[in-house]
Amino acid sequence: MTSPAIHIHDLHKIYIVSEREAGAIAALQSLVHRRTEKIPAVDGISFDLAPGEIVGFLGPNGAGKTTTLKMLSGLLYPTAGEVTVLGYVPSKRDKAFLRQITLVMGQRNQLVWDIPPMDSFELNRAIYRIPTADYRHTLDELTELLDLRPLLRKPVRNLSLGERMKCEIAAALLHRPQVVFLDEPTIGLDVTMQRRIRAFIAEYNRRFGATVLLTSHYMADVEALCRRVVVIHHGKLLFDGDLSNLVQKFTAHKTIVVQLEDCSADLRSYGEVVSCVDGLFTLRVPRAETAHVTERLLADLPVIDLLVEDSPIEEVIERVFAQEGS
Amino acid sequence: MKTLADLYAQQFKTTFASMLQYRASLVIWMIAHVLEPLVYLIVWSTVSSTVGGSVGDYTTREFAAYFIVMMLVNHVTYTWIMYEYEYRIREGALSFALLKPVHPIHSDIADNISSKLITLPGMLLVAVGLALMFHPAAAFVPWAIAAAVPALLLAFLLRFLLEWSLAQVAFWTTRVGAINHTYFVLILFLSGQIAPLTLFPLPIQAAAAILPFRWMIGFPVELLLGRLTANEALTGIAAQVAWSILGLVLVRIVWRAGVRAYSAVGA
Repeated sequence: MTSPAIHIHDLHKIYIVSEREAGAIAALQSLVHRRTEKIPAVDGISFDLAPGEIVGFLGPNGAGKTTTLKMLSGLLYPTAGEVTVLGYVPSKRDKAFLRQITLVMGQRNQLVWDIPPMDSFELNRAIYRIPTADYRHTLDELTELLDLRPLLRKPVRNLSLGERMKCEIAAALLHRPQVVFLDEPTIGLDVTMQRRIRAFIAEYNRRFGATVLLTSHYMADVEALCRRVVVIHHGKLLFDGDLSNLVQKFTAHKTIVVQLEDCSADLRSYGEVVSCVDGLFTLRVPRAETAHVTERLLADLPVIDLLVEDSPIEEVIERVFAQEGS
Repeated sequence: MKTLADLYAQQFKTTFASMLQYRASLVIWMIAHVLEPLVYLIVWSTVSSTVGGSVGDYTTREFAAYFIVMMLVNHVTYTWIMYEYEYRIREGALSFALLKPVHPIHSDIADNISSKLITLPGMLLVAVGLALMFHPAAAFVPWAIAAAVPALLLAFLLRFLLEWSLAQVAFWTTRVGAINHTYFVLILFLSGQIAPLTLFPLPIQAAAAILPFRWMIGFPVELLLGRLTANEALTGIAAQVAWSILGLVLVRIVWRAGVRAYSAVGA
């Protein structure tokens, strides 16, 4: 077995935050005596990523995803626990380590605002000491994959959000990092652009065998890219495994969609009727009874069409967090 | 070394390109850099001519020379890093710098030098104009002018290193304004910016000799004007070297501690 590209064991990060009540008196009190609170942002998580794997890293806002990514990329010191990326300890910020990783943050930019992306790319070439031939080759590839040609010479401030994001991603990948951390890379982008970036990530992973850890609020990203997902909530690991298992584990129900002539039939004896529009019934039935209910529906009713579906992944994830929260 | 030169060259290009996008703001900055010494020049010339043509060891025309040269020296040595760092930390720009396999001070130095290269010709032109208006007088001492070249470089280095270290205070507090202000008052009085140091009481002159500020501005100005003996010039350069070494050590210590603090609380 090869050694993992990313190894996390019992990782903790505790933020110490000073807090005070609202108001002037409380403000004065805080001058003399600071009350601090320890907030465990990451609370003992462990997982490994094999080289070349793409893994979706899921959790609601404040779950500890970004904190974990920052510890993995060397921006944050862990409070306790073990992290290695390609055998390096990220917080040491070894130059050889930094040359092999990248972190793309969907809400932050590294490109210089007033000049064309091409100039920022050249700057990164110098910073990462990319040999000119390699640089040309990679740039050509990225330009082709992301369709950058019309954007390279325009000042960044004149680019649309999606165009800028494409250039941000290119800038972050010029040095061909072996490990790629993507924090909400498609945030705020329209569906076409999301799909484009998704396809690109898959292609980059395939072409260079890079390991990718991806957070996203768009389940479509995760479904398209990741077979495996790691789910965290309140800094703790909730699930680590195949996306399909996540669905099975957390959904006790399936959805049956039945097309009848109209909505006059009473289907309550078959399952929970979620809706009926123009004869199209949506039923929720316990997973174990799906086959039986389907059989009965087909036998009892003049069914025009019938479809059995898993609940949409968004709903599943929502339910996972709701269970945990209650 | 070659790769570092490549990095500097690229940073030069980037800075050139961004600065040229904002030609108006460039001119406004230059006006600010001219106005301050111009005010001191006018005040001191007026004072000097009303009290009989000289104050201390400066004649009216020597004041003119002092402030015109001071304007140029200040322009060559100033930095804006202390204004910028808080913003960088708050906006997360520093996180990107930390992800890069190169110390961020390099891009700051390159950025600073390239912006000076753009504005210096303009400043020289202004200096010529002021010279035509105020008829400055100074001794022309060739060896002193030669010695002023390393003195100016060291003045830039020293000021850069100290201000870069001081800028790192933003790692620990988000209210760096008060610290910056204190620093600017100190440099205004103790560097020879507001008046030549020889006009100050002796205790202040003694303090200025120990502190770094004089070696950033006043010393190269006096050297260029041929007002120093060879011995004083050597002592000054020695002081500059000593302070620069201290500045380097300070940069290393403060940067490490700062990054540690930054990495502890969240980037």
